[in-house]
Formats: sequence, C-alpha cells, structure tokens
Amino acid sequence: MIRYAALAVVSLGLLGGAATAGTLAPDAVKIEDGKIAASLTGKPGDPVEGRKWFADRKLGNCLACHQNADLSEQQFHGEVGPTLDGVADRWTPEELRAIVVNSKAALYEGTIMPAFYRTSGLNRVADNFAGKTILSAQQVEDVVAYLMTLKEE
Amino acid sequence: MKKWIALGVMASIGMAASVGLADESATLTVEGQTIKTKHEAGDENPLGTVYSGWTFRSTETQVLQMDDFENPGFVMVEYGQELWETAEGSSGKSCASCHGDASESMKGLRAVMPKWHEEKDTLMTLEDHINWSRQEHQGAEPWKWESQEMLAMTAFIGLQSRGMPMNVSIDGKNAEWFEKGKDLYYTRVGQLDLACANCHEDNYGNMIRADHLSQGMINGFPVYRLKWSGMGSIHRRFSGCMKQVRGTPYKRGSDEFTALELYLAWRGNGLGVETPSVRN
Ligand code: HEC
Ligand code: HEC
Repeated sequence: MIRYAALAVVSLGLLGGAATAGTLAPDAVKIEDGKIAASLTGKPGDPVEGRKWFADRKLGNCLACHQNADLSEQQFHGEVGPTLDGVADRWTPEELRAIVVNSKAALYEGTIMPAFYRTSGLNRVADNFAGKTILSAQQVEDVVAYLMTLKEE
Repeated sequence: MKKWIALGVMASIGMAASVGLADESATLTVEGQTIKTKHEAGDENPLGTVYSGWTFRSTETQVLQMDDFENPGFVMVEYGQELWETAEGSSGKSCASCHGDASESMKGLRAVMPKWHEEKDTLMTLEDHINWSRQEHQGAEPWKWESQEMLAMTAFIGLQSRGMPMNVSIDGKNAEWFEKGKDLYYTRVGQLDLACANCHEDNYGNMIRADHLSQGMINGFPVYRLKWSGMGSIHRRFSGCMKQVRGTPYKRGSDEFTALELYLAWRGNGLGVETPSVRN
C-alpha cells in the first residue's frame, strides 16, 4: 500500500493517497460525531475547483448518483442518492467533509456512497488504484467548499 | 427501488428523460413468440418481481431485439450454425454428427445452465460443456472463453431455448456453489466499494449517470452489446461491472464467476431465455 502511494506521487502527482507536508494521510483522519473539524490540508477549499471535481467522471463523479440543479449544463444526473440542492442548508462544512471522506463512518455503515478519502478496509481494489484515494485531500476540501455554495434558503 | 427523488427536481433540471419503468408494460415478441420479461417470483427471491434487462433499455434498443433480421447478434448465430456442421478434430466429426438437429438436441439447455457435470463432478457453464465435448468427443482443441467461435456456439445453442423459462437447479451439489455465488453478489469490491446488489438490487430502475440500472439478469446471454460492437459472454459482463467499480475482476471461467453465474441464473428463474439479446 505505502509503496503504491509513493509511486503515485512520483508518477501522477495529482492523484491522492499520499500525505504531503501539512496534509493528513487517509488513515490519520478521525471522524467524530459525524464530523471532521479541520481542513485535511490546513488550507481552505476552492469552490470553483470543487465544482469541476464534482462533475469529473474520473474524480468525484458525484453526478453518477446525485442530482444537482447547479450543474444543469451537464446532461445526466443519477438517481441513486438524494438531490444535493440546498445541501449547505442541511449540513455544516465539518459534516460534509466527513461525508465526502468516508460516508460509511459519517452516515451509516451500509450506505452505497463510496468513501473518497480512504485506502484501507477495501476489497480487491484494482492494482492501478490500490493505496490511492479517489480524491486528493485538497480536492476533498474543494468539493466541500463547493457543496457549501449549494444553498436554497 | 428508491423513490425518494422528487419528480419536480428532475423536471426543473431538465434532465434527459429516463425511460423509467414505463417500458414495464412493453411486450417482447420475436418471430410471433412472446417472451416473458417479468416474473412474479414471490418471497423466496429477494427481488420479488423479476424483470429482464430488456425492460430497462430504450425503445430503439428494444426494437432491435424484436426482429431477427435487425438483431446484429444473428451474424454470430449463423456462424455458430456453420461451426455446428463443421467437422473438426481427431474424430473428424462435427457437432451435428453426434447431436443431429440442434433445435431438438440442444433445446432447453441454456435455461438450465450452469449445471452439474456428473463425470467431471463439478458445476459447469455452457462454455465448459462445449469445451468438454470438443475435447472428449470431437478430439478438438478447446475454444478460448471469449473467442468468436465460443460466442457463436453459445449464441446458436442458446437460441434453441429462446422463450423457455430460466430454470436452474440450486439443489444437491449445486447448493454450495449457490451460497458462494450469493456471497460474491453481496460483497463490496473495488475502490468504489460497491457490491452487485448495491446497483442491481437496491437501485434497479434508477439512473446511474447516463445508465438505466436493470436487475442485472443473464437470461439474454451471450448478448450483442452496441457499446462492444459485438457479442460478449456472461463473464465478460461480470468483469466489466467489477472494473467499473475499480476492482480486480475474477477470471472468466473461474469458480467464482461460475458460482456467481449460478446465483444470477437462479435470481432470474422464470424469465424467458432471450439469447441473443441486444443491449446498449
Ligand atoms: C455510488 C453512489 C454515490 C456517489 C458516486 C456519491 N454519492 Fe453521495 N450519497 C449517495 C447516497 C445513496 C446517499 C444517501 C445516504 C444513503 O441513504 O445511503 C448519499 C448522500 C450524500 C450526502 C448527504 C446528502 C443529504 O442531504 O443527506 C452528501 C452531502 C453527498 N452524498 C455528497 C456526495 C459528493 C460530494 C459526492 C462526490 C464526491 C458523492 N456524494 C458521490 C450515493 C453516492
Ligand atoms: C456501479 C454500479 C454497478 C455495479 C456495482 C454492478 N453493476 Fe452490473 N451493470 C451496471 C450497469 C450500469 C449496467 C448496464 C445497464 C443495466 O443493465 O443495468 C450493468 C449490467 C449488468 C448486466 C447485464 C444485464 C443485461 O440485461 O444485459 C449483468 C448481468 C450485470 N450487470 C451483473 C453484475 C454483477 C454480477 C455485478 C457484481 C460483480 C455487477 N453487475 C455490479 C452497473 C453495475
């Protein structure tokens, strides 16, 4: 696992999975009461970037499962999860960070939603993804910042 | 299936209309024969009501399967028939030399696969049975799982059961394989950490991005997939679904996929065989 993560940094600097200075490694992240108190990177997220990661099929691909009126220019929105319209009215940033990092710990064990910043406790991960997270720590922060813009009230 | 999505939201976003279960009422008729695409399985089946994957496809794709001249899978059926009649191997015989008219000798076979092989004392898929007979009787080389020859032969043999209800046995020695298949069906795999059941049991009828989720049935295999521009086996589809969640698939023909095939075939018991079906 660690070996893979190291390789990832060298060859694909963008992909997550490895801790850089000031960034929490996936296994070091603690979810308490459904929350992660502080930024994984110590830096704030960028909502404009987050909107991109959210829609990108190779990254968040959140639209695979969620509808989101803010991205109406994208053609297909999935119906597997709840709509994310107004999600910022329902959750705090600390809660949203926990849901994106590991919904199984933040929401409930049986949820279908993948954990986007987790490398352990998985089964038969393809070699090219082993030891890597779906989103990097900064991408998680960006997505959370973007989710905070989805207000209805 | 989950119905918590406010219809209002869908309408306001102006999403591409999902075909939904509107097609549930459509009837699959091929060459004057009606094929059962919906079956009330009752309590013993976790799905209760079982639907063929055909139900969830767009009208254009559905129609392709309703006419054997339009169905692109028939090129392979014809190749299969040719192979059926071609002498091969050390015996110098064709399949037809021993089995005669496939419409009689092979009728019903697809509907009961995979099934126990007494001599080999194991559970065998249709592909396994074909290769066993090639080696044992014909004295020929086995075909590769996903070879054009194997796909053509499974399509041709499968067609002989078209319209017959899927009816695999899970009793006796099959029971252990059934349990193994069931386990695999509910095991989460890959970086996305999803089990077959998450998509095909919990979410059939829902859209996952641009795909309309079916119950993941195998009554139409081998299938002609427009995306593949060709035919594919049951195990190719399993492999694709496992790769999609960034998992490492099992090998085609492995015990794992054979067990999973038995489990899925059982889930679809009662649905008509559609081979060769057409999917997008
Ligand atoms: C494979 C499906 C899937 C994907 C992909 C997915 N989610 Fe989810 N998500 C769900 C489901 C299902 C729920 C509801 C919890 C449940 O019932 O299991 C959920 C719940 C949520 C919630 C809580 C919403 C609420 O109002 O209760 C948030 C926030 C969320 N997801 C954000 C995201 C983001 C951001 C991404 C991408 C980075 C994402 N999801 C990707 C399936 C998914
Ligand atoms: C992330 C969602 C997802 C998961 C998990 C998944 N599938 Fe699928 N599967 C699909 C989609 C999308 C299709 C194409 C549309 C359809 O038929 O549902 C499909 C199609 C199929 C089909 C073809 C059905 C037909 O009528 O042509 C079979 C069989 C199948 N899946 C079996 C499986 C098995 C077995 C597993 C577990 C190893 C699995 N799937 C896991 C999404 C998934």
